[in-house]
Amino acid sequence: MVAEWFRQLKESANVNLTIFYDRFDGLTYLNGLATTVKLSAACLALSVVFGIGGAWLQRSGWAPLRWLVNGYVAFFRNTPPLAQLYFFYFGVGSIMPLIPDGAGGTHRLFDNFQWAVISMSLFAGAFNVEIFRAGIEAVPKATTDAAEALGYSRFGAYIHIVLPLAFRISLPALNNNLVTMVKGTTIAYAIGVPELLTASATIWNASTNIPEMMNVLMITFLALVGILVVAMHRIERALHIPGYNR
Amino acid sequence: MAAGGTMSGISGDAVVSLRDVHKSFGATEVLGGISMDVGRGDVVCIIGPSGSGKSTLLRCINALVPVDRGEIVVAGMTVTSPTLDKLALRRKVGIVFQQYNLFPHKTALQNVMMAPIHVLKRDRREVEELARQLMRKVRLSGKEACYPGELSGGQQQRVAIARSLAMKPEVMMFDEVTAALDPETVKEVLTTIRELAEDGMTCMLVTHEMGFAREIADRVYFTDRGVIVEHGPPKELFGSPRDPRTREFLEHVL
Ligand SMILES: Nc1ncnc2c1ncn2[C@@H]1O[C@H](COP(=O)(O)OP(=O)(O)OP(=O)(O)O)[C@@H](O)[C@H]1O
Ligand SMILES: [Mg+2]
Repeated sequence: MVAEWFRQLKESANVNLTIFYDRFDGLTYLNGLATTVKLSAACLALSVVFGIGGAWLQRSGWAPLRWLVNGYVAFFRNTPPLAQLYFFYFGVGSIMPLIPDGAGGTHRLFDNFQWAVISMSLFAGAFNVEIFRAGIEAVPKATTDAAEALGYSRFGAYIHIVLPLAFRISLPALNNNLVTMVKGTTIAYAIGVPELLTASATIWNASTNIPEMMNVLMITFLALVGILVVAMHRIERALHIPGYNR
Repeated sequence: MAAGGTMSGISGDAVVSLRDVHKSFGATEVLGGISMDVGRGDVVCIIGPSGSGKSTLLRCINALVPVDRGEIVVAGMTVTSPTLDKLALRRKVGIVFQQYNLFPHKTALQNVMMAPIHVLKRDRREVEELARQLMRKVRLSGKEACYPGELSGGQQQRVAIARSLAMKPEVMMFDEVTAALDPETVKEVLTTIRELAEDGMTCMLVTHEMGFAREIADRVYFTDRGVIVEHGPPKELFGSPRDPRTREFLEHVL
């Protein structure tokens, strides 16, 4: 019935939204949506882990470890993300050993989706390191002194006191970076990951409905980012500390 | 000078002993040879001008700041030994700072409970009972669920005292704990400390409250530029100071 309405729309107004009546285009688009959501979720989680871990290692007493983190941050912040994706997929990917598939053939250790996750998480993670670092530095020395005087180890104080406070301080900047990251998942198009942009391009190439699909793509991203923003807002509210304003 | 790593030369019944403690930050000498003994149940006050090293002294005693030279022994543990077990030391010595430094993301009760659970790995229910008892002791029953940001300075400072007490220390150190408070709330905090002292807790206080020092202290130490200029019972030190530097300081603050 819905499909019929959209078929009519094409006849009467020349607005061709194939995804609503053509089974193949519809599935292609849904698959693109699912891929983008999975890609975003994986990058979100990993980049936050990289951010927290990096910020911790950056305070390590062992200098080479700090240099390593600083090198990582400098590399990923100061080179183009698309070039990074190619670097991983075509560069690093081609020198990785091939895994026998048991049927006489071989396959790559990571497929293009996985490389996209790795590359984009490292990219967003580099920014998260800086964001969490700023948050950690905003926790007063007096607070960590109090923890130390109570017998907390450096790690214990980090987990129970510094990180919870730093995380709250970092949230606004983290929100921005994660929004940028979700939008940035479209570069996975360049290595053929079937995410939303790739799916849209497939559809508009076959059905020659570029203007329609452009609009659909933009609206979809508006909705996705909107959901993320609302979710982050919820987290911010849930973590709000009564009487605490800085 | 006593050798590091042993208890040589330090009397047996002192809970805190310092022998010729030196500490410099860069080129500035902050402690220039401090010696003192604090017996069990003693209440000693340390007074002196700003920058004379009072805070540094307390921070050396619980190893927040490493000393350059000299020996510190607390409850049988040699703080200045390289093999010091810092956790064991910090169970014995509590410190309360001028800026109460509560953990702002935890309620008052949680602040008191955290260290015994996380650091001492004690049973949560037992700790909660102890924490509620301590909240009563510092007269804050009913404020357990408040966050630090919802409490007055004096109330926060008393939570900080309860938080230290939850580790069941043998010595409590107070570093100008009333300096950041308005006069109304100073009294509540001093009452709490007085009650602690009356219970027999060994206390070391850095304070600008001369009236309180005179009332509560067994001994008062006057420090200036990193050395103890003179010390004695409050009656003597406040009543008939021997050193001109002490006299001048007291004229200024009294
Ligand atoms: N971590 C540090 N690094 C460098 N200098 C320090 C440090 N801590 C203290 N100092 C210096 O040591 C000197 C003594 O400081 P301290 O805080 O012990 O004095 P105080 O007697 O407690 O003074 P106040 O009454 O103002 O609290 C000061 O000159 C201070 O600037
Ligand atoms: Mg001080």
